[in-house]
Amino acid sequence: MANLEERRIASGFGFLGREAGFEIGESAFLRYSASDSYLRALVVGLTNTLAVALIGIVTATVLGTAIGLSRLSRNFLLRNVAAAYVEFMRNVPLLVQLFFWYAVITEGLPGAREALSPLPGVFLSNRGIFFPTFSGVPELQGFNFVGGATLTPEFAALLIGLATYTAAFIAEIVRAGILAVDRGQAEAAHALGLSRAQAMRLVILPQALRVIVPPMTSQYLNLTKNSSLAVAIGYPDLVSIANTAMNQTGQAIEGIAIIMAVYLTISLSISAFMNWYNAHVAFR
Amino acid sequence: MIEMIKVSKWFGLFQVLKDIDLAVARGQKVVVCGPSGSGKSTLIRLVNRLEVHQAGRVIVDGVELDDDPKKTDLVRREVGMVFQSFNLFPHLTVLENLTLAPVWVKHVPRKEAEGTAMHFLERVRIPEQAGKYPSQLSGGQQQRVAIARALCMRPKLMLFDEPTSALDPEMIKEVLDVMVELAREGMTMMVVTHEMGFARTVADRVVFMDGGRIVEAAPPADFFSAPKTDRAKLFLSQVLGH
Amino acid sequence: MKWLRDNLFAGGVSTLFTVLVLVLFFKLVPPFIDWAFLDAVWKPDSKACRASEGACWGFIAEKHRFILFGTYPYDLHWRPAIATVLLIGLWIFSAIRRFWKSWLTLVWLAGLTVIGILMWGGILGIPYVENERWGGLILTLLLTTFGVAFAFPLSILLALGRRSDMPVIRGLCVGYIELIRGVPLISLLFMASVMLPLFLPHGVTIDKLLRAQIAMIMFAAAYLAEVVRGGLQAIPKGQYDAAHALALPYWRRTYLIILPQALRISVPPLMNTFIAFFKDTSLVLIIGLFDLLSTVKISLNEPAWAGFGVEAYLFASIVYFVFCYSMSRYSRRLEQQR
Repeated sequence: MANLEERRIASGFGFLGREAGFEIGESAFLRYSASDSYLRALVVGLTNTLAVALIGIVTATVLGTAIGLSRLSRNFLLRNVAAAYVEFMRNVPLLVQLFFWYAVITEGLPGAREALSPLPGVFLSNRGIFFPTFSGVPELQGFNFVGGATLTPEFAALLIGLATYTAAFIAEIVRAGILAVDRGQAEAAHALGLSRAQAMRLVILPQALRVIVPPMTSQYLNLTKNSSLAVAIGYPDLVSIANTAMNQTGQAIEGIAIIMAVYLTISLSISAFMNWYNAHVAFR
Repeated sequence: MIEMIKVSKWFGLFQVLKDIDLAVARGQKVVVCGPSGSGKSTLIRLVNRLEVHQAGRVIVDGVELDDDPKKTDLVRREVGMVFQSFNLFPHLTVLENLTLAPVWVKHVPRKEAEGTAMHFLERVRIPEQAGKYPSQLSGGQQQRVAIARALCMRPKLMLFDEPTSALDPEMIKEVLDVMVELAREGMTMMVVTHEMGFARTVADRVVFMDGGRIVEAAPPADFFSAPKTDRAKLFLSQVLGH
Repeated sequence: MKWLRDNLFAGGVSTLFTVLVLVLFFKLVPPFIDWAFLDAVWKPDSKACRASEGACWGFIAEKHRFILFGTYPYDLHWRPAIATVLLIGLWIFSAIRRFWKSWLTLVWLAGLTVIGILMWGGILGIPYVENERWGGLILTLLLTTFGVAFAFPLSILLALGRRSDMPVIRGLCVGYIELIRGVPLISLLFMASVMLPLFLPHGVTIDKLLRAQIAMIMFAAAYLAEVVRGGLQAIPKGQYDAAHALALPYWRRTYLIILPQALRISVPPLMNTFIAFFKDTSLVLIIGLFDLLSTVKISLNEPAWAGFGVEAYLFASIVYFVFCYSMSRYSRRLEQQR
């Protein structure tokens, strides 16, 4: 306490009601302006964290399952490409990969006027990724696109980085889960005349799921925690906004406490879900 | 029904099956026995191509098995199999285990498949277990479910790979009773087992294997009373000794 | 021919995938080779780099000393260089099963002393270098080494505590492990860099490197503890019974019978945690330490070399990959040996 007084740092959560006074680059759901309170800024950060984590989890699961299944394919090329992917992604730190993707987007991609368009209506440029929605199609106006939806370079880099990195781990979990199912199960399914695909879908995967779900949840949790690396590439997630707030107010203890409390809440809710799952869904 | 001509198979450098010739006619019951490691399980698993032979020919119900997956599918629809370790699907109820293949492979309407399933559950005398999961049943009950599961596909031929080896003694009889009944109805059967009593009452022929070869093949009366080879004599004395 | 049919064209779906992979391969690989090799600029000349279509490896050529050694005095780079080689040598040496004896600890103590002397200096006639100037690869390696060295014993205590019969100890250990595992590493690093100084008595300061190291140790201990606990759980109950039947007291029981078995089981997952930890040291960049990734990033700040991030981070990826991949191969071999 003496230290705090000496440094003229206020304590307590009173600062949350004060005007934040800084802008936030993007907000997934909420409106925000610099005249809003610190509390609102932090809530915006939290929704940004949840947005990137949620989309990341879905993408990583789809990608990871596909790669995990490919690892077990009878097709030589597919199997080895998938294996190489997993090896490379798992053995390079996520932070390096985030910087890499951010550099690819901001340095590698052309400006808005020369944007790449891999699909009609979808544009890749160093100003972000633009794609059509139900309400509109992106169009070039001046130096940037208008209409449709936008992924900012920060969001896109974070999402690509988190999803492709976590997918490698998910692939291994899916593979191990499938291998953990007793060989006799596949044999029995084949003996009954089920095709390989049917045996996988009806017999193997449902059983593998029991083994897969617990480590999968911890990967989801990891992805959510890893989304805090956003601070390094400037995506305004909870940690990076809390960091700004700490720098402005000097109230580090409160800032860190908020970060930790939020993540602990997320972690504990997911663990609670896991326990419920193990008790009810994991069959006898 | 089954025809094997000069069939050989290797696991790596080790030859598990050597020049097997075997024919099983429609309606016949063949019991395969022999010491462990003699290749009898491998032999029976060739019939529905759970194992792949490397030389010779395997013809099941007029279809010669080879690399063509369509032929394998065709044979598997006609051939039922019961495993030593049951291999019931633990995530499905008994009824779901029974209807899975008819619904997904033969595209039988679910209602009809469930009717068939209940019919066969009654035949194996456990209709009351339909809603339970495999792990809630005893070993003997599980194996009877496995038999019913195979029968639901209305197979022309049934394979049994040591169906009673994993069971406690008091449960062996309930499974064998079901198998005897099935045999009486005229099902073509190939059975790997050490249950010599079963072989005596049911089999048309006993095939004795050792070291990957068929050493003797004879009607049970001849085989049990007058085995021709020393190896068969030794085997019988060990199996019947206790 | 048969191999091709079985492995590439077994059925329609398989053929489709083969074609797809090949098409992607031919669409992506030639341009990549053009960029990375044929059109690349290898000379440290940023003007040539900007004029070229290809990769600018000249950036690495220009900055490799800074990337490897950070702000360590330029003339004295031989010292961290030797220290780096020595430390990697110690790691490799310790990987050999034959050397898993108690004297290995002495080898490490000797090795680390030499590394300490090299890095700090100030005796034997070599000039003193304060640790604010350490950076690059050696910092990454040191953070990992000391992180694991201190976290590991701590993690064993935590794992034993979590399985203790005493509710208070068990509660504390569970609380600690779950707390640390529930929050991102960044928040721990923030805590160490911003909060820790606030709680120290007046006049006492700990430097940034040490603070980061403490956070990394706290972090690693919680994760390692869960691995050790897995090993403890995998030991058959009969072993505990037998140890009890011999009337051995708790610490004897643990030290002589339980731990040796538990740790042997846990070696492969411990290695994986170790690799993850090595990767995680890169996060110290966020609180301003000059580890390998930091030095790469800072190199890009110079205006002449700004905009070559793709090359820079590709290079960083390769360096990290070489370390992590060899460790993961090694861990897989250990797994197969059992």
